[in-house]
Amino acid sequence: MRARVLVRPKEGILDPQGEAVERALPALGFGGVSEVRIGRMVELEIDDPSQLEEISGKLLANPLVEDFEIELLDPAAQ
Amino acid sequence: MKFGVLRFPGSCDEVDAQLAASKVGEAVLLWHGDRDLQDVDAVIVPGGFSYGDYLRAGAIARFSPVMESVVRFASGGGLVLGICNGFQVLCEAGLLPGALLPNANRRFTFRQVSLEVVERGTSFTSQCEEGERLSIPAKHGSGRYYADEATLDALEANGQVVLRYDPAENFNGSLRDIAGVRNEAGNVFGLMPHPEHAVDALTGSTDGLRIFESMRAAVEGAYA
Repeated sequence: MRARVLVRPKEGILDPQGEAVERALPALGFGGVSEVRIGRMVELEIDDPSQLEEISGKLLANPLVEDFEIELLDPAAQ
Repeated sequence: MKFGVLRFPGSCDEVDAQLAASKVGEAVLLWHGDRDLQDVDAVIVPGGFSYGDYLRAGAIARFSPVMESVVRFASGGGLVLGICNGFQVLCEAGLLPGALLPNANRRFTFRQVSLEVVERGTSFTSQCEEGERLSIPAKHGSGRYYADEATLDALEANGQVVLRYDPAENFNGSLRDIAGVRNEAGNVFGLMPHPEHAVDALTGSTDGLRIFESMRAAVEGAYA
């Protein structure tokens, strides 16, 4: 099964990458953008999706500073 | 006294760490794919970019075969020093509390820093003088020490905050200016600055030697 794990910095954790992007936007003429947060997306093919929670908590994200969200992708939609 | 310095793909300070350790004892390199720690008395997890820092700094190195042995070694009371990327690896492995996040200044920064020795009664700082400040270089992109408030309070209460940056030099934004922490048992210590780069007067400072000398004193005391 195809799945997607979204990893993002926890609320309140400083995100220097997001800040840098936010500061770059006005230079390109895009105003009114704030609260930019940058995380990462992992897509994978997995036989047993029940393992995703453990995989995400142990490796894909560091639960101390990151939240993660698991999405199972509907094969029919691909 | 025999030090073992780990070498991962992407390590870059292991030879300097070996050189520094060899000033106070014997020092061998330990390959990341080996489980045999070769009867070393202390392990050094060096700086660099193990496994390319893929995913997060230290996240992959933590699962290497040698780290299984290091975790066992540490739980048996063995001395483990993590420097820079090594500190990140030890945090990812759960041997040290907290995490190292991207620098608040958004830059990879290289500068000499002045460190306050907060705790002198440790296996890693016993050879520091009272009130001594260590002048040691720091060079990293992700060195912002983070732990939640309750953990930080506990670390301070237990004497686990070993080194602090001068507040004016805390370029990475580490919480409470923390530069180095040890575990509760006191046998595992990590710091972002590089003591192994401050062991020769030719390069400006020999303050880094205090760390290696302290480890030797701890080991020799333990076996004396």
